[in-house]
Amino acid sequence: MADELKIKVNGRTWPVEASADTPLLYVLANELELKGPRFGCGLAQCGSCSVLADGVEIRSCVTPVAAVADRSLTTLEGLAALYAQQKGLAQAPALHPLQQALIDDQAPQCGYCYNGMLIKGAELLAQNPRPTEADIRAHMNGHLCRCGTYPRVMKAIKLAANKMAGATP
Amino acid sequence: MNDTDTLCFSRRDLLKGGGALVIGFRIGGSTVSAAAARGDVAGPPDPNAIDSWIAVHADNTATVCLGKGEFGQGNTTGLLQIAGEELDLDMSQLRWVQLDTNVSPNQGATTSSSSIHRGGPQIRAAAAEARQALLALASTRLGVQTGSLTVSKGVVSIDGHPTRSVTYGELLGDKPFNVKFTGTAPQKPINRYRLVGTSVPRVDIPAKASGTYVHMQHVRVRDMLHGRVVRPRGQRAYGAGAKPLSIDESSIADIAGARVVRKGDFVGVVAAREWDAVKAARELKVTWRESPALPTNLFEHMRAAKTTDTVIADWGDAPKAFAQAAHVASSTYRCPYQSHAPFAANCALADVGPNGALVMSSTQDIYNSRDMLAQVLGLPVEKVRVQYHEGSGTFGRSCYEDAAQAAAVMSQAVGKPVRVQFMRSDELGWDDYGPAHLADVRAGIDASGKLVAYEYHGWQHGWMVNETTHELVLLTPPKERTTGAGSIPVNRMSTGSMYAVANRRVVSHAVPMVGYLKGAPLRSPLDLSFAFASEQTIDELAFMAKIDPLEFRRNNIGDARWLGVLNAAAAAAAWKPKVAASAASDADVVTGRGIALGTHHVSYGAAVADVVVDRRTGNIVATHVYGALDAGQVINPGLVENQIVGQAIQATSRVLKEEVTFDKSGVTSLDWVSYPVLRFAEHPQVTAVVVQRLDEPSTGAGEEVMGATAAAIANAFFDATGVRLRQYPMTPERVKAALAAKT
Repeated sequence: MADELKIKVNGRTWPVEASADTPLLYVLANELELKGPRFGCGLAQCGSCSVLADGVEIRSCVTPVAAVADRSLTTLEGLAALYAQQKGLAQAPALHPLQQALIDDQAPQCGYCYNGMLIKGAELLAQNPRPTEADIRAHMNGHLCRCGTYPRVMKAIKLAANKMAGATP
Repeated sequence: MNDTDTLCFSRRDLLKGGGALVIGFRIGGSTVSAAAARGDVAGPPDPNAIDSWIAVHADNTATVCLGKGEFGQGNTTGLLQIAGEELDLDMSQLRWVQLDTNVSPNQGATTSSSSIHRGGPQIRAAAAEARQALLALASTRLGVQTGSLTVSKGVVSIDGHPTRSVTYGELLGDKPFNVKFTGTAPQKPINRYRLVGTSVPRVDIPAKASGTYVHMQHVRVRDMLHGRVVRPRGQRAYGAGAKPLSIDESSIADIAGARVVRKGDFVGVVAAREWDAVKAARELKVTWRESPALPTNLFEHMRAAKTTDTVIADWGDAPKAFAQAAHVASSTYRCPYQSHAPFAANCALADVGPNGALVMSSTQDIYNSRDMLAQVLGLPVEKVRVQYHEGSGTFGRSCYEDAAQAAAVMSQAVGKPVRVQFMRSDELGWDDYGPAHLADVRAGIDASGKLVAYEYHGWQHGWMVNETTHELVLLTPPKERTTGAGSIPVNRMSTGSMYAVANRRVVSHAVPMVGYLKGAPLRSPLDLSFAFASEQTIDELAFMAKIDPLEFRRNNIGDARWLGVLNAAAAAAAWKPKVAASAASDADVVTGRGIALGTHHVSYGAAVADVVVDRRTGNIVATHVYGALDAGQVINPGLVENQIVGQAIQATSRVLKEEVTFDKSGVTSLDWVSYPVLRFAEHPQVTAVVVQRLDEPSTGAGEEVMGATAAAIANAFFDATGVRLRQYPMTPERVKAALAAKT
């Protein structure tokens, strides 16, 4: 390797040991030991591995790590901090409002798909603070849930939107 | 390494103060840390000792050792509520430990919605006996009879003298009970319950929403290799195995560090880096022996099979009753193979060395898993330790044992810990599927609309006994559960038992599994198919009698609890009586509403479904499902509501979309495009109704609304179009074909 590969994740720069063609997911899970992005299908079909690249949701299981070397990546672990930055809050809350809403709503069952639900839901709320039910259905459609918790994710996104509207400084 | 290191809790640790210890260790190779602190005796611990179930700590908390695993259904919370109720502890004073064969009592598999139904009474009795022992200690300490003692939040005080008190922690803190579990301790009367029957929040949800929860797929240990299985893409006809004729190792020579593991017919690859293992599994050139062709005319093939027939029910004189019936509905129903299709493919981690094996997986039965691993590894059972970590929702026997055995075999071969992550095509292609089902159903009514005769003939094959890795490694002959305990006959509970019908005959035709696909229990095993067939037949009779389908069912139900759950679903949906399809039109887009009942073993499920059908595209959208469930005494209504929501969504997915596809040479539905499941934009609203019956025993709550929902959707389709679909999934192609055949 001529140039050492680096990625910026949750505000911090990390050297990458893996080859340039390695999917980002394997770097995040095995080198950075992050729990947010996680393997579901390896085919960009389920949303389990989602992360934000410059605020836009991507599938880390099919994205070569070298392709995001110049992007600012946010994983589930960095979601609350990103929210604080987007909202101009002095201090990041412990949880993104959508995380809290999912707890309040008792939404998860196995909880495995919730990395993707949170990443995609947070992306939606950042783009569209007052999403309609149709907006939510359309935006979240690339994220599967096998336990069947879609109705509660829907409710939690609405709940979070309401709270975020109230919380705007 | 962070805390995704091996998590281990030992009984000794429990006695030292709670279950939140995190200890890195290895059993097969070099010791990492705190190895001496692990539970070092192979379980199960003595079920007749209270110390096997409950430990009380000095800080006045208690740890309950549950033998049922958390799979996202919330049973951990429910079981802790039961324990907290009897012990008079708050939820904040209760801890639990993950399942571990060196630690956990053997409560049997976490299957058949049995956690609360069968596991709950054990936990309740153990907690009651622990409380009795603590009261005896308090009686001595405080110098009064136990009858004058009151407990609140683990503080025992004398009636009328609240200051004269002692805590559980002070009485026993971290010391063993040394009390026998006799099951005879008095239990709290239901009218004094304060925790049971309330919707306390789930104990696992905060970590799951915050992203700190450790799923199996997160677990890593030092020096481990990444493994992948190498098999034909998509399983072939069962019985032929997957025999590698040749393996060209030079095909992965360019992947540094990747190596092939072969044992018997089992083939896998390992590599230090996960991506290398993925690439090696993909690129390794293997020539497989050809397999016999799978039957492409599945249902004809099943009907023609040499079956083992069992009469499941034979009451009255069905032939005579049919001869005298005013109307008879008679049809054949076809139901597909479906996959467990867990959202995340299964993962397992094994460390097998000369001294024994540690295997971590998402198994539903740690002790059975241990037995099977011991066979595959050629080790005595007591040398194998199995630890459970939750994966993604499994809904029955997905590939967790296969992954665990594959990891163990590869670890044994390479002498290092091996983590095996199944790829999506491994999981969907090598699953033990919910078997296909063929049904001939007929039922008859008299002139007044009274059900007088019912007959159900069902064909299906059995379930796997040995896992795929087991068969490939040991080259054991095909084996299945065809009859007797553990087999999958037609369920008489799901085939007309909800109605008072004097003449009823149910026959199960067991098809041999060799030559088909591998089978295993899939959530509400075949009950969804039974309900699809049976409840459409009932609906058809209501139509023939020109009676509203709700009223028809009310007229024919002979049991107050069936009636209760039916009425609960109907009331939630504000059901308006009408004869089905009486408002059907030829418009391009039509709507319909259906109702149905369903069960699995004991509990009572009912559903009403609203659908929109687009005749041009053939697309069915379920817009709202009202699901009601009577599971006896519901420990935590919130948990059951969530189960109803999940069942309604998953059953909608299964009846509208899901089908394992295959051609002559193997399974072809290997990803989420070829095995579609219900997506976010397609999901119905769900109204969940819990029918609480505190005075009845608790029974299962994870399966009964599945069949009711599927059949309600099928009946709603008829209401919308006047056409019956007797095969599912009810795909646009089948809808269009059925509508075209009608006109």
